Amino acid sequence: MSDPRIAGAGVTHFGKHPERTGRDLFAEAGLKALASAGIDPDDAEALYYGNFMGELAEHQGHQGPLMAEAIGLDVPATRVEAACASAGTAVREAVKTIRNGEAEVVVVGGAERMTNIGTAAATDALAIAADDLYEVRAGMTFPGAYALMARSYFDQYGGSHEDLAHIAVKNHEHALVNEHAQIQKEITVEDAIEAPTIADPLGLYDSCPITDGAAAAVLTTESYAEEHDLDASVAITGTGQGGDNLALQDRPHLAQTPAADKAAEEAYGDAGVGPDDVDFAEVHDCFTIAEVFAIESLGFYERGEGIAAARNGETTRDGNLPVNLSGGLKAKGHPVGATGVAQLATVAWLLDGSHPRADAVPDSTVGVAHNAGGTVASTTVHVMEVKND
Amino acid sequence: MTESAQDGEYDAWLDSIESDEGYFLECSNGHGWLPPRRVCPRCHDQDLSQIDLPESGEIASHTTITVPTPQFEDDAPYVTAIVDFGPVSVTGLVRDVDPDDVAIGDVVGIDVGERVTTGERAVVFRPR
Ligand SMILES: [Zn+2]
Repeated sequence: MSDPRIAGAGVTHFGKHPERTGRDLFAEAGLKALASAGIDPDDAEALYYGNFMGELAEHQGHQGPLMAEAIGLDVPATRVEAACASAGTAVREAVKTIRNGEAEVVVVGGAERMTNIGTAAATDALAIAADDLYEVRAGMTFPGAYALMARSYFDQYGGSHEDLAHIAVKNHEHALVNEHAQIQKEITVEDAIEAPTIADPLGLYDSCPITDGAAAAVLTTESYAEEHDLDASVAITGTGQGGDNLALQDRPHLAQTPAADKAAEEAYGDAGVGPDDVDFAEVHDCFTIAEVFAIESLGFYERGEGIAAARNGETTRDGNLPVNLSGGLKAKGHPVGATGVAQLATVAWLLDGSHPRADAVPDSTVGVAHNAGGTVASTTVHVMEVKND
Repeated sequence: MTESAQDGEYDAWLDSIESDEGYFLECSNGHGWLPPRRVCPRCHDQDLSQIDLPESGEIASHTTITVPTPQFEDDAPYVTAIVDFGPVSVTGLVRDVDPDDVAIGDVVGIDVGERVTTGERAVVFRPR
């Protein structure tokens, strides 16, 4: 069994590009990934593509073949949907396809066009990741769901909105050098606390923006990379996925994300590493509180202790375990169906030294990507490692 | 689906709440769920019985939503809460109380009300 190598990756600018079609966004990212991989496109054997709201935002279903065509490939192409974890689950399919020997070169990616339909319609489209009968009809929005989880966390473990503000400040600061990021603006703890409320206790600066964008990566086998003399030093050594009840009301705990615990346990076991081996992580901070859940589920912190990590400077770029050096979803942006692959690209670039924040983790060998869907009813975790050969 | 089609067991459940005969489904191991359910997702038990929903429950968490979806535009700001009824929890809108006064642990009863924006039915909770 060969651990897939990341031969190349590409992302578009993440931001407001309402006039750009999903197919054009994906074409840019996919062609960048193919070019940076330096492979013959005829060698690509499959596309796995993540997208969540294409039917609502572009009236476009059946996006697999459309997106393969957009990057010049005639390959079996499959769209994967798991809300905000669509691209993470697409990565997992690509990893399995390479590992089981069915393909030597697989393209994985995702795209989302969101700002063209406006904030209200995008809020509506995001809400369908929740249980329609029992949550959406009770007024649940995506921020509202995380607000329920945040309040429960504060109630069970302590913590405050000010702790969350430190996460927003950190991720904004990290994004300052990321030219692909939607928001490149320094903010203060006061800015975050005083921002308008969306769903209390969460405010505007606790929430990721609404984003258009795409990401893609080319995965290949170790032997293909050797034969073709590719620069592909980063391998995906562990993959994991976990699930949970879709509706928050059906879960035993509102302040824990067991789907991510399961995904992390599987991915660590697969890679043969543990949380202590990890040098940095890109996690799914669609809301500031989500970063807290992520770093606890990934085993970096005990339950109830992740809330203070950013405030204590432990997850900042000069901390022991930098989290979201890209700026995270919070500042980099969150084109839903592309996020999991954008995280993969970020981790690969941080490991190979080509990311603008790579100076924060100069000798790193192990990075982790955590991609969550809905209120973490789907989660993927991928472990990536530098292979020196 | 025609416009008049109902959502089967879900609408029947709302009817039961409306007529003060609310229920939930419980497996042999005491796991509670709302319909439609054919199997307990926690223990695979398919022997689910209909149990009376308790008169009141406690707010497990709540939020005041100020940025709604278009279907709740005229409802906002409104309070959405998850209420713990013991073996089962239910999500709904908290009514008849100032949003600032809602707290975890508050005891509420369940009813069916109307959404301001669309007039559609919704689960509502009121202080007990
Ligand atoms: Zn059961």
